[in-house]
Amino acid sequence: MSKQMPVMQGRPKIHTFKLLGRLLSYLFHYYRFRLIAVFFCIMITAAAGISSSVYLTLVIEEVITPLIQGTPWEEVSMSLFYIIGGMGLMYVVALCASVFYNQTMAVVTQGFLKHVRTDMFNKMQSLPIRYFDTHTHGDIMSTYTNDTDALRQLISMSIPQVYYSIVAALVLFVIMLLYSLWLMFVVFIGVAIMAMVAKYVGSRSARYFIRQQQVIGKAEGYIEEMMGGQKVIKVFCHEERAKEDFDKINEQLCDASDKANAYGNILMPAVMNIGHFAFVLVAIVAGLLVLFDVQNLSVTGWGALSGAVIASFLNMSRQFSLNIGQVSMQINSVVMGLAGAGRIFELLDEQPETDEGYVTLVNAKIDENGNITESAERTGKWAWRHPHQADGSVTYTELKGDIQLYDVDFGYVPEKIVLHNVSIYAKPGQKIAFVGATGAGKTTITNLLNRFYEIADGKIRYDGININKIKKSDLRRSLGIVLQDTNLFTGTIMENIRYGKLDATDEECIEAAKLANAHDFITRLPEGYNTVLRHEASNLSQGQRQLISIARAAVADPPVMILDEATSSIDTRTEALVQKGMDALMQGRTVFVIAHRLSTIRNSDAIMVLDHGRIIERGSHEQLIAQKGVYYQLYTGAFELE
Amino acid sequence: MIRTLAKSIREYKKPSILSPIFVSVEVILECLMPLVIMQFIAKISPTGDAATTDGVKMSTILTYGGILIAMALFSLLTGMLSGRFAARACAGFAKNLRKDMYYAIQDYSFANIDKFSTSSLVTRQTTDVTNVQMAYMMIIRVAIRCPLMLIFSLAMAFSVNVTISWVFLALVPVLAAVLVVIILKTHPVFERVFHKYDNMNRSVREDIKGIRVVKAFVREDYEKKKFENASEDVCKDFTLAERIMAINAPVMQFCIWLSFLLIFLIAALLTKSGTTVGEDQITVLIMYASQILSSVMQLSMVLVMIIIARTSAERIVAVLKEKSNIVSPENAVKEVKDGDIVFENVSFKYSNDAERNALEGVNLHIRSGQTIGILGGTGSSKSTLVNLIPRLYDTSEGAVYVGGVNVKEYDLETLRNKVAMVLQKNVLFSGTIKDNLRWGKEDATDDEMLRVCKLACADDFIQAFPDKYDTYIEQGGTNVSGGQKQRLCIARALLKDPKVLILDDSTSAVDTRTDAMIRKSFRDEIPNVTKIIIAQRVSSVQDADQIIVMDGGKINAVGTHEELLKNNAIYQEVYYSQNKGSDSAAEGGADHE
Repeated sequence: MSKQMPVMQGRPKIHTFKLLGRLLSYLFHYYRFRLIAVFFCIMITAAAGISSSVYLTLVIEEVITPLIQGTPWEEVSMSLFYIIGGMGLMYVVALCASVFYNQTMAVVTQGFLKHVRTDMFNKMQSLPIRYFDTHTHGDIMSTYTNDTDALRQLISMSIPQVYYSIVAALVLFVIMLLYSLWLMFVVFIGVAIMAMVAKYVGSRSARYFIRQQQVIGKAEGYIEEMMGGQKVIKVFCHEERAKEDFDKINEQLCDASDKANAYGNILMPAVMNIGHFAFVLVAIVAGLLVLFDVQNLSVTGWGALSGAVIASFLNMSRQFSLNIGQVSMQINSVVMGLAGAGRIFELLDEQPETDEGYVTLVNAKIDENGNITESAERTGKWAWRHPHQADGSVTYTELKGDIQLYDVDFGYVPEKIVLHNVSIYAKPGQKIAFVGATGAGKTTITNLLNRFYEIADGKIRYDGININKIKKSDLRRSLGIVLQDTNLFTGTIMENIRYGKLDATDEECIEAAKLANAHDFITRLPEGYNTVLRHEASNLSQGQRQLISIARAAVADPPVMILDEATSSIDTRTEALVQKGMDALMQGRTVFVIAHRLSTIRNSDAIMVLDHGRIIERGSHEQLIAQKGVYYQLYTGAFELE
Repeated sequence: MIRTLAKSIREYKKPSILSPIFVSVEVILECLMPLVIMQFIAKISPTGDAATTDGVKMSTILTYGGILIAMALFSLLTGMLSGRFAARACAGFAKNLRKDMYYAIQDYSFANIDKFSTSSLVTRQTTDVTNVQMAYMMIIRVAIRCPLMLIFSLAMAFSVNVTISWVFLALVPVLAAVLVVIILKTHPVFERVFHKYDNMNRSVREDIKGIRVVKAFVREDYEKKKFENASEDVCKDFTLAERIMAINAPVMQFCIWLSFLLIFLIAALLTKSGTTVGEDQITVLIMYASQILSSVMQLSMVLVMIIIARTSAERIVAVLKEKSNIVSPENAVKEVKDGDIVFENVSFKYSNDAERNALEGVNLHIRSGQTIGILGGTGSSKSTLVNLIPRLYDTSEGAVYVGGVNVKEYDLETLRNKVAMVLQKNVLFSGTIKDNLRWGKEDATDDEMLRVCKLACADDFIQAFPDKYDTYIEQGGTNVSGGQKQRLCIARALLKDPKVLILDDSTSAVDTRTDAMIRKSFRDEIPNVTKIIIAQRVSSVQDADQIIVMDGGKINAVGTHEELLKNNAIYQEVYYSQNKGSDSAAEGGADHE
């Protein structure tokens, strides 16, 4: 929540209404009829709530006053019956409406939030990797948590409340017109002042609440840093200094929270007591009107000001201030809710990954003459189905894993090219290694193969087909990947392995685990393959996690594998184990390896040494060592690989 | 629990007391006001007594108007003051809570720190404190205000009209009962929702973190379905909870409207039977009716707040009550003689109920000034062993001596300043390089810093930065490489001028040549300091005076490189796995030594 609130900047009004409009139309998109029903039900309930003032006047004028003046009970009892009956009937209707709209809003709010979440998540799945590079995970997460929560407040509480109050105010206005224009003016002056104060205090309160959020974000960052380094603090006996620094930030937070809450707390008493002033003012003016015997003016004409009218006016001015008080209490959550909605819309407005590929991956049968035909069921063989637009014919190419890069240039931003003239020719079954410092472009190259990013210039061909023509999902399905960051998911080990191929049988998964050298340790776990991985699989060691991620790639059985620093954070003994698993996996596949430890790539068919996005040396291990160039220096430890 | 929390109020007792006092005054005024208004109406009303006697007097209007305005002013003032003080009280209380927790954590031992995860300590000092802060504000404002409002309004109502007031008295328990039932019904549902909410958030977090895996395996649709299920789960329970909660409003409306109906009806009946209930009384009773019922409503809200805050409060108290078991003894030894280290029959387990000892029967003597290498696989308790030397943990059995004195007899600060430890999971803090180095010695001069950075082979790359020693290190040290970070951490530890220096796998990201240079400068520049080096690479330890091979919490072997290479299976395995077929590389690396 330490983010800026875009709504508060620039021209807030236009922005606010635009956002609100978009939010409402979004809501209406899903729940048109229910919302219309809610719209009327709130109106009924609000009107009924206000109408007690009318009934108050009626009871006094038709029943109490006549009774006091000596009219016999029998004459008034009928009107009393009608009044109470009418009132009761209206309340019953209003109660039904109230139950209906409250229940409906509960369903609508949660249902809508679910739609919003689904829309967000679906959108997010379609976004290019670039989006995740440019947004911190914390910020994306907070769209799902803080922003959606703020939206919930806005929809379930604030919008109905504000609407209720507007309806109530309108009804009150009409009743006042009918009763007395003079007193209405008095109430209006009071309301105007109240609204001004509410706006002043309310907007200040909202501003300070946002500041409080920012300071909380700052304090949270600080506390997080210190808690993470708590052991270092202990080792350096740095406790006293740590306390001093903390006190400063804590003091700031206290100050911000004090101000925010102070304005928040003052808001209600201020509005309520201005309401009291208005109330007193109405009483005084009413008294003066009666004193000087001024004729009362209402829409219905001139007449004497009755006690009943005064009484209900007092009641109404109170209701007016209560409603304004309610609205002003919503200022904070409206500001926060709209800011949240703004960020949610930002996510929904992101441009999804585009895909113009039309070459697809199909199961294939290959006869002895090498003719390829498409097959409906799994055959173990795959082929690229290549429709030709010109003549409508379809050709098939066997999936082999031949990858060629010709003069590829690439930049994460167009102005800054980070890869220059990269050419690589990988024949099926070959192992190609990338070596170079962090930022030299090793991972970038592999990211181009599966089209996480689009190349700026040059060409990449997969089995002779330009990869731009291949449907992204099929292209990626044909490439296996094992990353340093294992990214296992919460669930059993079996489920995690099956992630590579969703319809894999248990046997296939176990087979893959055996291939990856993971079977042994898995069976030694008390729950075996049913062991549930939690908290980013922290119940397993880094090496074990890595083995599972290798098994996951193995079960997918792709012809091309990318291993990106897959063993970097494992100790050397475990690495030997993992290496065995990887070697088994690499058998007969085209493999691209990025490794931190050069010992693991010695047996590659070709090693590419990268520096600042250029291939500066290429060749086999022996060739490069003989060359005594950069690779030789790296290998002998004269350079640091960071 | 409450007593522990209350200790943190301290200097904010004054506002904490003033706020409820002002609230009480405000409530009394607010309850009296309708009564005065009632009399005022009676005086000015054409149908009231005034009209029947001698008309409305200007003086009456002015008197009542004056009184009412004064009351409203006073109520405004007390209301604002109470709000002001409440804000101060709760912000201050929260500040003290955070401070007390943070200070308590500073006194924690490693064992205490292990007990809580970092993220949970952060949550406790932020979200949990905020929850308690809100509850505290509710308690000193609303929880005082509402019962008072309830009682006063009822009393006033009774003073106006006894018969009608019975209606209120009957409605209060009905409303209260319904609200309590609603709260009790929703509470378990909410608990469940929060759990499912966590599930859903986890599914999002894992997806974001693993987006490359998701995309690489083309599992977008699978993830969507997984999320949809989690989201549906949340939606179902949340809807249920909100639907139960949504009964609140209609129940409240029902009670208020019923009371209005009854007020009108009974007023008419009473008037019929001779006791006049005029518009003045009716108006006032309507006001009291809504005041009474809405205080019941608000009180139930406070109850909800307190229930939510209770869990948070418990979590805060857990931090406050956690006491460190490692403290300096009385009459502590304040000087470390030399870097001689003895382990005597040391066994250690991380918690009393751990099944297995992390260290078992360790006996060891390291002489002052020696260089010791420690090797062993993951989980062989290498770090555990060295953690006992600066008394980061206490042994379960046996004793550790530094400079001939049991570590338990040292003043902790003395011991830890003389036994410098570079942790495996090391951290640089946001600030300049100088700021970070000064952790080792607060008043270190530039020359001293230069010296240790040269020792740790860090000076070269620091000089290459545009801002040199004033280069700003980002949080988590993200703008320096792993190897640079490790060398800065070593320099920082060297500034302490220690008698014992422990490097816990602290050169793993440094290339072999620099690694060798660091060890060489140690040998030449700080020969009297005992150096203990834990490493994965054999090359990092092979020139040590003694190498300790650890396996499964026990010392497997101790000896020099040559001895171990001859006799020890583990050592041989590690050595050959790292040097397999790369004799030229090993020699190449050795050339620089």
